[in-house]
Amino acid sequence: MSAARPRRAEPLRRPWGLWGLRGAVLTYLALMIAVPLLAVIERGFSAGLRAFWRELANPIAFDALKLTVAAAAITAAVNLVLGTLTAYVLARYRFPGRGVFDSLVDMPFAIPTLVTGVMLVVLYGPSGALGSWFHAKGISIIFARPGIVLALLFVTYPFVIRSVQPVLLEAERYEEEAAFTLGANRWTNFRRIVLPAILPAAGSGALLSFARALGEFGSIVVVAGNIPRRTLTSPVYVFGEVEAHNERGASAMSVVLLALSFGLLLLLDWRQRRRAEVLGG
Amino acid sequence: MAETARSLDGEVASGIAETGAEGRTRPRPGEWVVVGIALAYAILLLFAPLAALARGALSRGVRAFFDALSTPDALSAIKLTFLLALGATAINTVFGVAAAWLLVRDRRFPGRRFVNGMVDLPFAVSPVIAGFMLIVLFGRTGWLAPLARAAGVKVLFAFPGMLIATTFISLPFVIREIMPLLGEIGEEEENAAYTLGAGRWRAFWSVTLPGIRSGLEYGVLLTFARAVGEVGAVLVVSGSIVGLTETATLFIFRALDERNAVAGYAMAMLLALSSFVLLTAMEWIRRRARSR
Repeated sequence: MSAARPRRAEPLRRPWGLWGLRGAVLTYLALMIAVPLLAVIERGFSAGLRAFWRELANPIAFDALKLTVAAAAITAAVNLVLGTLTAYVLARYRFPGRGVFDSLVDMPFAIPTLVTGVMLVVLYGPSGALGSWFHAKGISIIFARPGIVLALLFVTYPFVIRSVQPVLLEAERYEEEAAFTLGANRWTNFRRIVLPAILPAAGSGALLSFARALGEFGSIVVVAGNIPRRTLTSPVYVFGEVEAHNERGASAMSVVLLALSFGLLLLLDWRQRRRAEVLGG
Repeated sequence: MAETARSLDGEVASGIAETGAEGRTRPRPGEWVVVGIALAYAILLLFAPLAALARGALSRGVRAFFDALSTPDALSAIKLTFLLALGATAINTVFGVAAAWLLVRDRRFPGRRFVNGMVDLPFAVSPVIAGFMLIVLFGRTGWLAPLARAAGVKVLFAFPGMLIATTFISLPFVIREIMPLLGEIGEEEENAAYTLGAGRWRAFWSVTLPGIRSGLEYGVLLTFARAVGEVGAVLVVSGSIVGLTETATLFIFRALDERNAVAGYAMAMLLALSSFVLLTAMEWIRRRARSR
């Protein structure tokens, strides 16, 4: 009986059931994702390319975009260094509290971003426990640019760590052991053997944190102070334009942010594919 | 692009995957510096702010904390948040399982690769833009405005819009959690069930579903956690009408605006606590899946 069946079991005695499922899923995804995105892009260009550029050339919009990209770049760079370091520490060392630390790495993904913002204000704000100390020294963190980076570092904390950690845990240890046997110290071993192996994963993690940082809203809206041309980021700018009923301005900025993050997704996808090919060949 | 998004929410990269614990060594004196940097960074960035919030929320005493959370506005915000998260999770679970099943099992699914890439987009879109999309779509001249009007549904500044926004931003989790598991368990057991005369539905319930259970549970919790914490998208579409379309996060937003720190901190603490409950449940699922 089973021999009579096609090799890749065709479980469909009623093909319309499958077509119904396909139709439902495609309609759902089209209505939820494709149509809304196209609507925003259409709205952005609805008054022509000239008007689109004029909206972006507005100094408040342009400065917001510059600030957003710069803050995201700093965040990605810090994550690249400290995230790799943290992943290495978690994967290679034994110390008290390691297990708890390891499971708390994901905390920033579980905590609402707005709550993140509130937490940072309570501690680093002008009247906060640590913030008042900085304030006395004339350094403001909250309602200033450092606060933006701090919030972005919080919400993107796990990306590099969780990209690098599996690579470290799965890595064949014999190369490292051979290096130790040959008299290499831990630092040489890290630089020559471990780092080249984990760098692609760390890079992917950093790119992901960059993409995530570009769109961040909840934590930044609380900590940044949102002063135009100083601490106003692009997502908060979009929010302001929506509130001010300037849909064209909001769509123009949205189109730029969407283009940036889709570009990053494609880049990550391409990197992964290429690495898969290199490993496969 | 599947891999990309699986790590975009980060969790998943380590999610149900296996990890080896061998080969960890005690740091030597010089190496404690490295461990110290990692710990100090985590404490200053993550744990100290959390502790500060807890202290701030309880600064006027436990009584004031609970009083702040039991005002009618606070209670209605909590209720709305719960309903939204529940609704978004239910929708995303049903469609997520269907979409994942098709993407993995249905080789003749039209536009399979394209659809697979599209599923990741909600993670790449800023939540504010997610909310704005609905304003464009259902606003005065929006493409879907006539449809909503014909159906007599008020979408913007009302529950339906907030539900769509919350569903959008949490859409990929279930799909991305169960797709790798569907691939892993393979089709052999399902085929055996068919051979034994089970219908497709029966095979799904008694063979496929148990196989993807841990991933499904994990994805459901991630979806729920993400939905509870959403602010940007909901802020844009809701209009934040007190007692009506104000969620827990919007309640915090308004409390801070009105300099009502106690209420804002208390609600923030409540959300932080609920995310810890979810995080613990997720860790438990992960351990259970790994031990099997």
